Amino acid sequence: MPLVNGGKIVDDGFVKLAVDTPLPEGGDILVPAERFLGEAEGLLKRAGKVGVIWPNNRDIGELVPYLGKLATVALVFPTFRDGRAYSQARLLRERHNYRGELRATGQVLRDQFVFMLRAGFDAFEVKKQADAEAFMQTAKRYSVFYQPTGDGRITALHRRMQLRHSEGVGT
Amino acid sequence: MYAYDEIDRTLVNERVSEFRDQVKRRLSGELTEDEFKILRLQNGVYLQLHAYMFRVAIPYGTLATNQLRALAHVARKYDRGYGHFTTRQNIQFNWIKLAELPDALADLADVGIHAMQTSGNNMRNVTSDQWAGVAPGEIEDPRIWSELIRQHTTLHPEFSFLPRKFKIAITASDHDRAAIKIHDIGLKLIRNEKGETGFEVLVGGGLGRTPFIGKTIKHFVHGRDILSYIEAILRVYNQYGRRDNIYKARIKILVHELGIEKFSREVEEEWQHIRNSSLQIDDEVIEDIRSRFTYPAYEKLPHMPDELRQAAADPDFEAWRKNSVAPHKVQGYSIVTISLKPIGGPPGDATAEQMDALADLADRYSFGEIRVGHEQNLALPHVAKRDLPALWKALDKLGLATPNVNLITDIIACPGLDYCSLANARSIPIAQELTRRFANHELANLIGRLHINISGCINACGHHHVGHIGILGVEKNGEEVYQITIGGRADENAALGTLIGPGVKFDEVADVIEDVVEAYLALRERPEELFMDTVKRLGVEPFKERVYATR
Repeated sequence: MPLVNGGKIVDDGFVKLAVDTPLPEGGDILVPAERFLGEAEGLLKRAGKVGVIWPNNRDIGELVPYLGKLATVALVFPTFRDGRAYSQARLLRERHNYRGELRATGQVLRDQFVFMLRAGFDAFEVKKQADAEAFMQTAKRYSVFYQPTGDGRITALHRRMQLRHSEGVGT
Repeated sequence: MYAYDEIDRTLVNERVSEFRDQVKRRLSGELTEDEFKILRLQNGVYLQLHAYMFRVAIPYGTLATNQLRALAHVARKYDRGYGHFTTRQNIQFNWIKLAELPDALADLADVGIHAMQTSGNNMRNVTSDQWAGVAPGEIEDPRIWSELIRQHTTLHPEFSFLPRKFKIAITASDHDRAAIKIHDIGLKLIRNEKGETGFEVLVGGGLGRTPFIGKTIKHFVHGRDILSYIEAILRVYNQYGRRDNIYKARIKILVHELGIEKFSREVEEEWQHIRNSSLQIDDEVIEDIRSRFTYPAYEKLPHMPDELRQAAADPDFEAWRKNSVAPHKVQGYSIVTISLKPIGGPPGDATAEQMDALADLADRYSFGEIRVGHEQNLALPHVAKRDLPALWKALDKLGLATPNVNLITDIIACPGLDYCSLANARSIPIAQELTRRFANHELANLIGRLHINISGCINACGHHHVGHIGILGVEKNGEEVYQITIGGRADENAALGTLIGPGVKFDEVADVIEDVVEAYLALRERPEELFMDTVKRLGVEPFKERVYATR
């Protein structure tokens, strides 16, 4: 499954661990939430980056004490019709000021890229190669946004205000 | 009328191009039907019994004449020459071809119409009072707020994949024509004691297999906070709404399971985090939206023009005027409801020719504006009273002057088994038969206001729970069986109907309804006591006895 980060297909430096996989000596690891919460201290002490895979039905608040130490948080879309992780993503970015990588995993199709970018995701485990390749093109599909989110894109309402004021200057 | 600016137009065009790409990927096999399903639903495309069905939004029920002509064009070019107006200010086309859909959408986009989020588990078309801006006694035009919310809910990055569909309706009148109490969120525009504009917010209303009347979650939310408050409700719902069972996924179930107190506490907590964010709407933004609604330059006209006085001699005109013409906030003008319920016809259908002709009439007599109401009728919102006789003649020629608005033949019905893949029973033929039984205008008038609502399955698209008489078609041992309820209503006193007895067969429905009506006529205290008031006074028992005594 290709990983898109920074708009490009990149190699995934993280090794995903199951609940019971033995801990590798070094290297970057991505750990399920339950295991992470159980072994957080030990995991964060070892060399190599740590990320956590957070299910979409678990309160994101539990993760808050660790956010500064995490290299990535992977949120899950079990099917692309299940949109709970969009709320989790916005809460992480906009309420808890999480600045590390925010990764979308699960059933990730090109048709969600814009929504995901707006919700604060910046890394995508894309299900289909063709979708991953179409990332940049798809991400630019929309130029108008009605809602303010943490991604900072200007909303239609505010763009209108700007236009109004700049017109005002000219007259 | 709200005029799209370049920003709105750009978004709709970008959406059309995205959908064109999605259809292309489906046709090439790049997308599976399972994947495509969710995407097409986001654009109002259902797969029905015979073909794809295409549902187009008419936000808050307001149409300009060029938009109505574009709908006629779509009916003619891509469909079979007619469209079906729904109970949520949408229009449906039943015979569209998938490969042609992007072109149909592009044609509509040219006049500022879209089909975004007319189906799927997202925020649906924001609906409002079809008399918005012209009804006497309104707090203010609710369409300004409807448009603000329409924009905010369009392609929302957090709430486009909710547990289930989500519907918002807004009214600004004491008499609720928008059925806000049967919506996921119902908004009633009010003024507080300081004279500030805001909303009473209701949540958790809805029909379907577990119907609920909406409950007040907050008595006053200031207008500037309405987006953050809605966002707080949606965020709680998106995270905690059930996703394990489609029939328990609507917000009404979450509200019911948590209880309104707990649910409102959750919302309140979330709201406190976001109310002072960029979601707060400043006055300038509201003024900007308000400035893009244009209102007619009304003339100063007499209350009772000569034309009207003269036409009063014609009993047919008078029957229509008394039935279909309502008071306007400006003297000398009227609101004219156009019944799409001809005797023997399917409720809510209009042909392309009717739509075009109606657009011409709206240009001539209604400042180029048409409205669509949830009762599946249309309205011309600004008709000078002196023009009423001429308008009536023209409507009559088009088959659009049936004087049955709010009467027993003004039936709400879903498409039912004639079109719908979810249906268990036919709805339209039941409606057609009932309109024939009560075709006599004197009889219908004698009965007075009486709403019959028909659904062809438990999903309740025909709003049977809130019909004064509700008819629900179900399937039992391979046969269509209809359950009859009475006492429902969808207005400010919204209530769910009560079953009056065992289900009846297709052929018997009209007979049973005739018996219910006869029982009412015998039971009512005086001619002014409406059906729903008699039911309220006596309960269902006397009806049950009379209707089922001989069965």
